[in-house]
Amino acid sequence: MKIMVTLKRVVDYAVKIRVKSDKSGVETHNVKMSMNPFCEIALEEAVRIKEAGLASEVVAVSVGPQQCVDTLRTGLAMGADRGIHVEATGALYPLTIAKILKKLVELENPGLLILGKQAIDDDCNQTGQMVAGLLGWPQGTFASKVLLDKDKQEVTVDREVDGGLETLCLDLPAVITHPRDDKREKQASG
Amino acid sequence: ISTLVLAEHEGGSVKAPSVSAVEAAKLLGEENSITMLLAGSGSSLQEAAEHAASCHPSVSQVLVADSDAFAYPLAEPWAKLVHLVQQRDDYSHVVAASSSFGKNILPRAAALLDVSPITDVTDISGSHQFVRPIYAGNALCTVRYSGTTPCMLTIRATSFPVTPDSADSKSNVASISQVDLSTFDKDSIGKSRYVKLTSEDTERPDLGNARIVVTGGRGLKSADNFKMLEKLAEKLGAAVGATRAAVDASFVPNELQVGQTGKIVAPELYLAFGVSGAIQHIAGMRDSKIIVAVNKDADAPIFQVADYGLVGDLFEVIPELLEKLPEKK
Repeated sequence: MKIMVTLKRVVDYAVKIRVKSDKSGVETHNVKMSMNPFCEIALEEAVRIKEAGLASEVVAVSVGPQQCVDTLRTGLAMGADRGIHVEATGALYPLTIAKILKKLVELENPGLLILGKQAIDDDCNQTGQMVAGLLGWPQGTFASKVLLDKDKQEVTVDREVDGGLETLCLDLPAVITHPRDDKREKQASG
Repeated sequence: ISTLVLAEHEGGSVKAPSVSAVEAAKLLGEENSITMLLAGSGSSLQEAAEHAASCHPSVSQVLVADSDAFAYPLAEPWAKLVHLVQQRDDYSHVVAASSSFGKNILPRAAALLDVSPITDVTDISGSHQFVRPIYAGNALCTVRYSGTTPCMLTIRATSFPVTPDSADSKSNVASISQVDLSTFDKDSIGKSRYVKLTSEDTERPDLGNARIVVTGGRGLKSADNFKMLEKLAEKLGAAVGATRAAVDASFVPNELQVGQTGKIVAPELYLAFGVSGAIQHIAGMRDSKIIVAVNKDADAPIFQVADYGLVGDLFEVIPELLEKLPEKK
């Protein structure tokens, strides 16, 4: 079974952002860019599943400008087996990304698609749910724990919801989004 | 304009954030007929529908979808339901609260309807212009929706408080009707199964709409020390919150987390003990009316947003507070 993971290139979590003087957006030139921390968690989870012998390959995907290749290289260094860059410029909305991901899923046929639950730039928290809807796959959003059962072809997910932890059992293939903060954020927040 | 409000209910009543979603929907325009959609099964659903019909004077209709498919808040059947109702009635707007329920379902429903949703809206100026925080609330983004109908939003309940007189009004009771589910396509719905919900039993108020919130950070050092905060919360009639660091250190369960990725709160009084004030945490509580911070580190960023700050050891301050505060009436 293949796992596909998405990696978004965003302004580094430690950068104090500045709004452009014409108020048209947030300055991203000459600013340190990194992998979205939630995507990092998603990738770590995928690599962990593969190392447990439950997946054969981890494919990382990044959609955006040329520099996303750097984000993919970071992903490869973290344990992804292969990277796919979809070059795109201009504003990209979650619906567009979800449609691109749907196409890639149809080409690659992964058993699991794992995403970060949101990107720390636009804070949209949409893409995972949307691609799951487009594919007609079950979704386990805001997952803090993922248990894969290869024989039954299902995955049990603990979800962080307002009232506590919700446990769901999903048939594969499925979409999972991860909420847990980056280790560095843990160190940073008191 | 006509708006469909996707409502969450529990124990026979509509949850407060969903009533805030009606309050937000009101701001979309003067001539706005607001329909509340509830789904579930059994008697608690009917009770909740009756509550929905009188929970806010702006609600003109309540739609009820009664089926075992909606017994649990699973995104797959719920998103299909929104799709079905939208196809039938052609609402101009679909609104839900930015709770874990709304965030899970609404984007999926939007994908089925092929529109871009706008999540976490904090301000509405007209039917197609909205404000939402980005970069953990460090910038505010004004969004103009230019896509096809429906325009789909999730709103932050803390930004659209329901005034008591509008909520209590019994003068206007909406009609209740059942959604015809004969065309509801059950394909792909069995692919997710609800197993259980694990939550802490507590008599304290809900973190999302408590008037007072007492929060602890990593400075509390252990789960045992959090008990001190819980005592303080009980005396004040407050909810207990925590930083991500405290959650990750397993001092408290995740549902207490306040911040960019946890709950967004805006109580009258926010008391932070041993919280350094990382931007991710501030994002979740900056709208609190009065912020009080106690921290040993005088340079802690929490003091930049605090109305009252005390540089001191929380292990001395909390016991002193516990001693001096009167018993809860």
